[in-house]
Amino acid sequence: MSAHEDFKLLTDGMKVPYFPGCTLKTTARNFEESALASARALGIEMVELPRWNCCGTVFSLSADDLIHHVASVRNLIRVQEMNKQGLVNENHRLVTLCSMCFNTLKRSNLRVKENAEDMKKINDLMYREEDYQGHVEVVHFIELIRDLGFGKVKRAVKKSLTELKVAPYYGCMILRPKEVSIDDPEAPTIMHEMLQALGTEVISTPYNKVCCGSYQTVQEKSTVVELAHEILTHAQKAGAEAMATTCPLCAFNLDNRQKEIVEKYPGFKKMPIFYITQLMAIAFDLDKKFYGFEQNFVDPKPLLKAKNLLKQ
Amino acid sequence: MAKKMIISSENEEFVCKVSELSGEQVTLCEQCGTCSGGCPVVGEMDVTPSQMMKMAQLGLKDVLDVKTIWVCASCYTCTIRCPRGLDVSKVAEALRQIILRQAIDHIDIKAIPKEELEQLPQIAMVSACRKFTG
Repeated sequence: MSAHEDFKLLTDGMKVPYFPGCTLKTTARNFEESALASARALGIEMVELPRWNCCGTVFSLSADDLIHHVASVRNLIRVQEMNKQGLVNENHRLVTLCSMCFNTLKRSNLRVKENAEDMKKINDLMYREEDYQGHVEVVHFIELIRDLGFGKVKRAVKKSLTELKVAPYYGCMILRPKEVSIDDPEAPTIMHEMLQALGTEVISTPYNKVCCGSYQTVQEKSTVVELAHEILTHAQKAGAEAMATTCPLCAFNLDNRQKEIVEKYPGFKKMPIFYITQLMAIAFDLDKKFYGFEQNFVDPKPLLKAKNLLKQ
Repeated sequence: MAKKMIISSENEEFVCKVSELSGEQVTLCEQCGTCSGGCPVVGEMDVTPSQMMKMAQLGLKDVLDVKTIWVCASCYTCTIRCPRGLDVSKVAEALRQIILRQAIDHIDIKAIPKEELEQLPQIAMVSACRKFTG
């Protein structure tokens, strides 16, 4: 059996539990739709968790605050239920797309896995649920793809994104803290590798893991405008024509806040921000309905047309 | 000769409270400044993260009045770099919690313009409420 056939056996018909989170159903529908379709093209079915609930978006940092882990753990119980009902054929992994959900679910999971007393107390807070057994592993979509091998991504490419210069933007939540990082937190390459597999010219910038300001965007917009301006202009100076992210909040801060950046820095040239899965969908030549560009604030279509990646 | 510093019992109580809430032994900080050097929002702060740590070590309650604790976006850059293995973001959280648990909110959601609210993703709103309201 060739290595290729071996791969096919490994991935064909893979059904893996998937946690969307709130934002993937609203301002980041383009992230979800492009990701689910791209995963299908790779032979992976991401099956949405039945009755999932918001994870809380931020991991509770106070030592005594157990109640805020309940939301996360309840979602992990749903994974156990899915496994029992045979809705998936993965026995431990839960996949997320949103970087914030990933961080929150993974850290809460670690906390209860490493602390039997916390696990017991949290289970005791949910009389109507079965106990969480601690066997779920929270993974990010890009990790799942890395496990399959970026070679598989490369083989699925029908329209190589050659000449498109893209800077990956990792942000914080898939890299830090160390115990949840999907890669080396100081020198990550996982998004670089994914973008390379899609054929893009990958642009590195030291600002690719500098915080965009996150939720400060709600009441301290100016902080976010400054940070986003730094991140974007450093990428542009290094030659990037676009950036790729996996976080709907980073996407909002880097994309929508360009409106305010232009007001403050009139010389700033707007730049499209993609979800990395939108680039997968283009490279896999999937139906345009999966691209979801109408939700991107800075329209990526002119750039894609200029590179012959989108029909006129 | 080593110098000895005496902290009043009231200040000590505050140090204990911060350590208990954060789960971090704040007295371990030796003021190397790595957290301040790597912090992406240090320019917006009135005291640097290392100064905040020093104030917490000494049990100075004034640390509850600094802007720094609200500017921190919990990006965990300091967390992964502290040579003493301290999680400064957890200390900032503990300080915020001491205020928020007195039912004193840091933001007023009602003051956010409607057109902003319509655009902001839920993860922004939920996390801001989690971080800035009690």
